[in-house]
Amino acid sequence: MIPAQFDYVRPAAMHEALQILVDREGDAKILAGGYSLLPLLKLRLASPALLVDIRDIDGLDEIVETTDGLRIGSRSTHRSILENPVVVAGYPLLSDAAGGIGDPQVRNWGTIGGSCAHADPSSDWPAVLIATSASIVLRSTAGERTVPARSFFLDTFQTAIEPTELLTEVIIPRAPRPSGAAYAKLERRAGDFSTVGVAAQLSLGADGRIAAAGIGLTAVAEAPFAATAAEASLIGSEPNEAAFQAAGIAAAAESRPGSDSHGPAEYKRAMVKEMVVRALRSAAGRAQAQR
Amino acid sequence: MTDMMSETGLLKETPQTTEAVGGMGYSVKRKEDPRFIRGQGEYIDDLVLPGMLWLDIVRSPYAHATIKGIDASEALKIPGVLAVITGADLEKAGLHWMPTLAGDKQMVLPTDTVMYQAQEVAAVVATSRYIAADGVAAVLVDYEPLPVIVDPFKSLEPDAFVLRPDRGPDKANNHIWHWESGDRAGTDTAMEAAEVRVSEDIYIPRIHVASIETCGCIADWNATRGQMTLHMTSQAPHAIRTVLALVSGLPEQNIRVKTHDIGGGFGGKVPVYPGYVLAVVASLTVGKPVKWIEDRSENLQADSFARDYHIHAELGATKAGKITALKVKTVADHGYTDAAADPSKFPAGLFNVITGSYDFDNAFVEVDGVYTNKPPGGVAYRCSFRVTEAVHAIERMVDILAHDIGKDPARLRMENFIQPDQFPYKTPTGWSYDSGDYPRALQKALDMIGYDDLRKEQLEKRAKGELMGIGISSFTEIVGAGPSHDFDILGIKMFDSCEIRVHPTGKVLARIGVQTQGQGHETTFAQIIAEELGFPVADIKIEYGDTDTAPYGLGTYASRSTPVAGAATAIAARKIRDKSRKIAAHLLEASEDDLEWTNGKFSVKGSPDKSKTIQEIAFAAYTNHPAGMEAGLEAVDYYDPPNLTCPFGSYICVVDIDRGTGQVTVRRFVAVDDCGNIINPMIVDGQIHGGLTMGFAPSLYEEISYDELGNNLAGTFMDYLLPTAVETPAWETGKTVTPSPHHPIGAKGVGESATVGAPPAINNAVVDALWHLGVRNIDIPLTPQKIWAILNEKGVTA
Ligand SMILES: Cc1cc2nc3c(=O)[nH]c(=O)nc-3n(C[C@H](O)[C@H](O)[C@H](O)COP(=O)(O)OP(=O)(O)OC[C@H]3O[C@@H](n4cnc5c(N)ncnc54)[C@H](O)[C@@H]3O)c2cc1C
Repeated sequence: MIPAQFDYVRPAAMHEALQILVDREGDAKILAGGYSLLPLLKLRLASPALLVDIRDIDGLDEIVETTDGLRIGSRSTHRSILENPVVVAGYPLLSDAAGGIGDPQVRNWGTIGGSCAHADPSSDWPAVLIATSASIVLRSTAGERTVPARSFFLDTFQTAIEPTELLTEVIIPRAPRPSGAAYAKLERRAGDFSTVGVAAQLSLGADGRIAAAGIGLTAVAEAPFAATAAEASLIGSEPNEAAFQAAGIAAAAESRPGSDSHGPAEYKRAMVKEMVVRALRSAAGRAQAQR
Repeated sequence: MTDMMSETGLLKETPQTTEAVGGMGYSVKRKEDPRFIRGQGEYIDDLVLPGMLWLDIVRSPYAHATIKGIDASEALKIPGVLAVITGADLEKAGLHWMPTLAGDKQMVLPTDTVMYQAQEVAAVVATSRYIAADGVAAVLVDYEPLPVIVDPFKSLEPDAFVLRPDRGPDKANNHIWHWESGDRAGTDTAMEAAEVRVSEDIYIPRIHVASIETCGCIADWNATRGQMTLHMTSQAPHAIRTVLALVSGLPEQNIRVKTHDIGGGFGGKVPVYPGYVLAVVASLTVGKPVKWIEDRSENLQADSFARDYHIHAELGATKAGKITALKVKTVADHGYTDAAADPSKFPAGLFNVITGSYDFDNAFVEVDGVYTNKPPGGVAYRCSFRVTEAVHAIERMVDILAHDIGKDPARLRMENFIQPDQFPYKTPTGWSYDSGDYPRALQKALDMIGYDDLRKEQLEKRAKGELMGIGISSFTEIVGAGPSHDFDILGIKMFDSCEIRVHPTGKVLARIGVQTQGQGHETTFAQIIAEELGFPVADIKIEYGDTDTAPYGLGTYASRSTPVAGAATAIAARKIRDKSRKIAAHLLEASEDDLEWTNGKFSVKGSPDKSKTIQEIAFAAYTNHPAGMEAGLEAVDYYDPPNLTCPFGSYICVVDIDRGTGQVTVRRFVAVDDCGNIINPMIVDGQIHGGLTMGFAPSLYEEISYDELGNNLAGTFMDYLLPTAVETPAWETGKTVTPSPHHPIGAKGVGESATVGAPPAINNAVVDALWHLGVRNIDIPLTPQKIWAILNEKGVTA
C-alpha cells in the first residue's frame, strides 16, 4: 500500500499539460481525482515516473446544456454531476448512475473523465455514454478529435486515447421527446462496483412504439459495450414486458461475463437479463411521462 | 466482618445510586468518547519516537513453496535501507520458530519452506516507511512452488503429503489433535432409539475480524538501561510480556508492554504475530525504536482468522419434537499451525456448549484439528472459544427438526427449553449454566416482532409466489474464562484483577488487568466502583494496558472483562468498603456493627445524621486513621471466578428474497438479550448493535476463501465485503434481566452474545423462506449468486 517514488507537476494551463505529455510520453500519467490511479500506485501495479495533476487547468469542470446536448467537462466529479440542476431536471439516467458510484468520498473526488480514461470494465459512466451514444472529446498538441463512446472503450483498461491526449469533455446528445432513460445497477453493497450495470434509453415514436433504443452494459465483458442485438429487438415494439424480456434475453446472449467473486458467468448472464428488464421498465415509464 | 460477597447475584433492575453518582443502571456517557470524537485518540501508528526506524515485510506469493534463496543485495543498495532480516539470521539466535498460545509452534521467518500465501519471508529495516517498502520490492526471493492442500478432508487422506515434518516421524500426518466430549455409547443408543432423526452438514466458513486499525507495534530497546518497551496493539499485554520474557530471555521486569487506544480487537489482537517479534529483534539489533504497522491487505491475508469448521450434526427426537440426543463430528481447519488462543484444556474451545438452550440427556461431540496451507485459523472472533460455531449448529439443527416434523420452530424451542427452575443446570457435556429464563426471552421477542401476524403474512406471500422467511435463534452463551481449575493459557490461570487507590481528596484511580478495545471499560468499571463505594463516576479514573502499572491479567476477549475483572473490581471496592467501615466507626465513635452503609456513607443505625461520607472517610484514611491500622485506602483483588456466566437471548429475523436477483433483505430483526444485571444500558445496547452487525456480516457477505493454489480470494476490501450502514438492518433490541447468582454484581458478559446469536437467526430465516421448495440447508454467507442458483434449480426465478 506504499507507492514507488514519482514526481508531481501541476501545470497551470492546458497547453503546458499537453506539452508535458509529449515531452514525457510513456512515463507521465494524468492525475484527476486519483480514485483509480492512486490505488494502482499503492498496489505498485503502476509506477509512472510523473503525475500531471490537471486540477489548475481552467474550463475542465463545466457542465453546460447546448443545442447539441449536455457537455460535461472531464474534471466534473461524480457529485457535481449528481447535484447539477440541469442534470437533476432533465437527465435522470445520469443521476441514477452518479448516485450509485462508490461512496460520498469517491463521488467527491472521482471524475467522469478519469472514469472513462481509466476504463475499468465494471465502471458505470461508460455504459451511460454508450446507451446515450455520447461522444468523447480528446485534445493533444496536434489538436482536437471526437470519438463516439461506442468505439472508445476497446478492452479492459484500454481506450482510444493516445498517451499524449487529454480527455476534455463528453457530449451527451439531446434525446428526442418523448424519451426516457434509466440506470439499473446490481451491486453487493452500496457503493460497490457493479455485478451488472445496465444503462437504457428509449425514444417513442408518434405511435407510441419504440423508435430508438440504446443499451449499454458494464461488468459483463472485457469492456463496457452496446447490446446492439437487444437494441435492435426493441425497435418498432410496444414498450411492454414481452419486448423487455426479449431484449433482456438478447442482451444476456451478447454479454461475455467472467466468473469471479460477484458470481459465476451463468449468474451474471441471468442478471443481465433481469437488470435490462428493470432498466427498460423504468426508462419506458419515464418516456411515457413525457408524452 | 466482611460484606465482600454479600450482594452477589441480587437482581438490580433499577439503579441503586443517584444519577450524580452514576452507578449501575445509568447510561453514563462514555469517558473515552471526547478524545475519539475529536480525533484525539492515540493509536499505535500515531506514535513517533525520536530516531525511530520502520520495518516492512516481504511476503510469499505462494501458499506452499521451497525457498531456494533470498537475494537482498539490491535492497541493501537503496539509500536508507539498513538491514534485511531472514530466517537464516533468526535461526542463529534460535528465534526462527516461536510457540503459539495453543502449544503448537509457528515460524517467525521460514528457513526453507513457506506454508501459506502472504507468509512473512524477510523483513526490511529502513529509515522511512517508504524506503522500507522500496526495500521490500527489491528483495528477490527464489521460490520453488510445492503442491498445496487447502481442503482439510484431503489433508486427512492417508496419502496426503505431510505439511509439518518438523513434528517428527511419529506425527507423519496432518492431524493435529482429536478432542471429544460427552457420552458416545449413551448417545449412540439414544440416537438409535429416536423416533425422528435429522442430520446435516454445516460449514461455517473462514472469516476475518477486519478491525479498522490493523496490527502493529513499536519495539524500543534501550541498551543502556537494559529496557525493552513494546508499544503495541494487544488485547492481552501481560500475556505478551510473559511470552516475550520466556522467548527472548530478557528479564520480565525490564520488559514493558504498553497498549494505546485500540481500533478494534475481536480476538485478532490476542496472538503474537511474527511482525512483533521481528520488530523486537530489529530494535535489539540496532538499538533504536522500530515500528511495524501492517497494511490492510497484510492484515486480511496473514492475520489470525476465525471459524473454518466443517460440522456434521445429527439430532434425535420424539415424533412430538422432544429432543433426545445430539451427535456432532467436526473437522477444524487450523491452517498450517494451531495458533488458537483457547485455554490449554480446550483445543476446540467451549464447543461442547453445543447442546444450547435445550434440556436433553445425551450428547456426544468430537472435533479433529487439521493442518492446511492456510494462515492460522480458528483464532480470532469468539473463535478460539468456538461458541459461535456451537450455537450456529444447534440453532440450525433445531430449526431443521421443527420444519421436518411440521412444528412451529418457536413452539419447538419452547417445548425443549431448559426451564428457569432447572438452574444451575448441568449439561450432558459437563457445563453448569448459572442462570437463565429462556421462555421469557423468546416470548418477549415473539411479542415484539408480532410473530403470529408475520406467519400469516408469510402464507399469503407464499400463495402469491413471494419469498419471505422468519428465523429464530435462542442462544446460550458461555463467557468469563475462567475458573482456575479448568482454565489456563500456557499455564497462566485465567483470573483477572483490579487495584483501587482512593486519594485523600476522595478521588479514585483504579487499574485493571483487562484492556478496552471499544467496550467502554473507562466508563463501566468506574460505574462498578461508583455502585460499590458511592464515589461519583466523574471522580474515578480507570487505567489499563501498561504492564508497568496495571495488575496482572489475561486481557480482554471471550467476553471476560466484566465476568472476571468486573468481579475483581467489585470485590476490591468491597475491601475498601470494609476498611472504610472501620475508619467510620473510629470517626463516629461507634461500633462497626452499629453502622449501616447507604448512599455512599456510613451512618449510625437509628441516628442517620451521625454519618461519614466516603469522601470524609478517604481523607481520614490519610489524616486521622485509627491507631494500629495502616494508613491509606487501597485494595487489590485477583478474582478467580467460581464458574462461567451464561448470557442468553432470543433473536428473530424476517427476510425477503428477491426472486429476480437472489438478494436477501433483512426486513426486521428483533434481539432480546439477557446479560444479567446491566452496568450501562447504553453501552450494552452499543455492544449488541455492533455484535449484531458483526453477525449479519458473515451471514450475508463475508468469507475468506481460497482457490486450489491457496490464493486468498478476499485479500482486499474490494472482495472481503464488510456490510455498510446502508445494508445493515435497523436493529430492534429488548432485554430481560436474570442475574448471575455467583457474580458479585450479578452481571454476565455481553460483548459477543449478538455475534454468536445473529447468524443462525438469519440463516434460519432464509432457509424458512425456501423450505417449501425443498431446501434444507444453505451455508453462510447467503450470497445472491448462491440463492439465485437454488431458485434457478427449483425453477422459481422471476
Ligand atoms: C472505493 C471506490 C469505489 C468505487 N466505486 C465505483 C463505482 O461504483 N462505479 C464506478 O464507475 N467507479 C467506481 N470507482 C472508481 C471511481 O469512480 C474513480 O474515481 C474513477 O474511475 C476515476 O476517476 P478519477 O478522477 O479518480 O481518475 P484518476 O484516478 O485520477 O485517473 C484514472 C486514470 O485516468 C487517467 N485520466 C484521468 N483524467 C484524465 C483525462 N482528463 N484525460 C486523460 N486521462 C485521464 C489517469 O491518467 C489514470 O490513468 C470507485 C473507486 C473507489 C476508490
